[in-house]
Amino acid sequence: MKRTIPLLLASIAGFIMIVAYFSPHTESWGEEVAVWFNILAAVAFILGGGNLLKIHLRKVSDRNSGWMYSVITVVSFLVMLFLGLWKFGVNPNPQFPDYGHWAGEYNDSTSPFYWLYEYTFKPLQATIFAMLAFYVASAAFRAFRAKNFEALLLLATAFVVLLGRTAAGVFLTDFIPADGPFAALRLEEMTQYLMNIFNTAGNRAIMIGIALGTASVSLKILLGVDRSYIGSGDD
Amino acid sequence: MNRETLLWVIVLLIGAALLAGRAMFAENGMGKAYITPVEKTYVGLDADVAEAAEAEAETKTVWVSIDELPEDFDVDAVADDDVVSWDTYETKDYAAYIAAQNAGTNDVVFSLSHTIGIWIAALLTLFVLSFLIKDNPLYKVAESMFIGISAAYWMVVGFWDTIVPNLFAKLAPGPTTAWALPGIRDEAQFELIYIVPLIFSILLLMRLAPKAGWLSRWPMAFFIGTFCGFRLISFLHGDFLAQIRNTIVSLYAKTPQFAADGTAMLNEAGAPIMDFTFWGSVQNLILVIGVLACLVYFFFSFEHKGVVGGTARLGIWFLMVTFGAAFAYTVMGRIALLAIRIEFLFDDWLWLIDPTGRRAVEAVGMIVLAPLGMA
Repeated sequence: MKRTIPLLLASIAGFIMIVAYFSPHTESWGEEVAVWFNILAAVAFILGGGNLLKIHLRKVSDRNSGWMYSVITVVSFLVMLFLGLWKFGVNPNPQFPDYGHWAGEYNDSTSPFYWLYEYTFKPLQATIFAMLAFYVASAAFRAFRAKNFEALLLLATAFVVLLGRTAAGVFLTDFIPADGPFAALRLEEMTQYLMNIFNTAGNRAIMIGIALGTASVSLKILLGVDRSYIGSGDD
Repeated sequence: MNRETLLWVIVLLIGAALLAGRAMFAENGMGKAYITPVEKTYVGLDADVAEAAEAEAETKTVWVSIDELPEDFDVDAVADDDVVSWDTYETKDYAAYIAAQNAGTNDVVFSLSHTIGIWIAALLTLFVLSFLIKDNPLYKVAESMFIGISAAYWMVVGFWDTIVPNLFAKLAPGPTTAWALPGIRDEAQFELIYIVPLIFSILLLMRLAPKAGWLSRWPMAFFIGTFCGFRLISFLHGDFLAQIRNTIVSLYAKTPQFAADGTAMLNEAGAPIMDFTFWGSVQNLILVIGVLACLVYFFFSFEHKGVVGGTARLGIWFLMVTFGAAFAYTVMGRIALLAIRIEFLFDDWLWLIDPTGRRAVEAVGMIVLAPLGMA
């Protein structure tokens, strides 16, 4: 019950999807299942939210270290959730003003939900991602050493592409005539060649590898060889 | 308070004092937002009246913006229930505010809520960037807020964009369209099959129940099974075959010939005249060799020795170039994001630069920066 049904369910659903692809009558099943898929993904967000609350509330009640930060997380979560689900402060839909705020857009620019999105979520997300610039640079500085030819290739390519895609790189080799015999030595031209030929070749091989890997893993799951997704134990 | 903490407190206090000074005593301040309030009024009209206003007349009552009605239309004559108004706004920049002030109008006004928003966004940005020095309470506050807000944001998006239109509207079209989705009330139909994703959704939420958590395996299995079936075909069709197809290129490459005026030269049949291109052929050859060499490297059924080893080594070189390019693009992407944050701090918040000319140069005291090329 706990292990057999999930295995059967995964196999049947997966093979139906494969077979459906080859018939014009059932080809649209893929689109329908994609909608179900999106519904379950949205419900997974609810599950994630519930889990977040559970963990942080436990942390607060146990007074674990840093519990005050959990309070901030829970309050931020509940405020944002309430404002968004209740469509608080949302203007009516211009086509249906008599339906009140419920028919309006939840992310209406006059709503507090939008305000929180615009002035807290967006800057926080962008800055956290932007910080990776420092860490990538720092990690590269520490890890990248031209110890051998392969490492030298990686470094040189990164250097050329970084320069070739910026105004500084174009400026550096601007003295080479664009229509002369050495035009290929201009940084932007070198970048173009690297991207179009060498990078394309590598990426194609990687894509072929990923496709074959995905197909083999999918088959292992559908045939019940790989059961790791069910987890272990009884819970 | 130890010496290091004291130093940081002093630095923060000096920074706060400088900010407060600039905000309060600088001629035009900083980090302010302006808006133009806009009142929207809609009038519910009978279909025949609405037709006169060139609106769609499919329903009994049609809501028409007051701006689309004739000037002599008497709104006061319409019943109160048939007139709906609300306030919205348009964001404006400082230059527009000054222009409105000079014109003696109140079209553009200071917005307290947006100004507070800019300040909070700037402070949160600084809180996050403070992690570069070391982990600290300000960063943890920002991080905790981000976790809560982002989890709730994606829940709300999932609920209104996916669950309501794709699940509620299919299982309960009447109540759902009467409640939140009047736009689809004509085409929304009951679809019994959607009871399946509803059951799976409930089972998935059972994960939160300690004793019934195992039930969440069923929707997960369905989720993974359909994904595997769907992606198995799409990857083989869209990636595997497509990449191979695109790699089968002519090693005797030809290119269209162009006349002096830039137009393609055509033969008697009207087809473009093609001519052999040496470098094009070399490029295609490198591409084919590169893909094959990389694939040999990925092939581990043979020991990488001799010819196989040499080819695999060539594949590694191609892959190193690919990884180098990917690294460069990743760095560029992150630097671009950082530049946007820095621009936000210096432009929107501190008003120290004005790259898009949103504020009059002489009005915001940027003459000092002009010789540095920042104004």
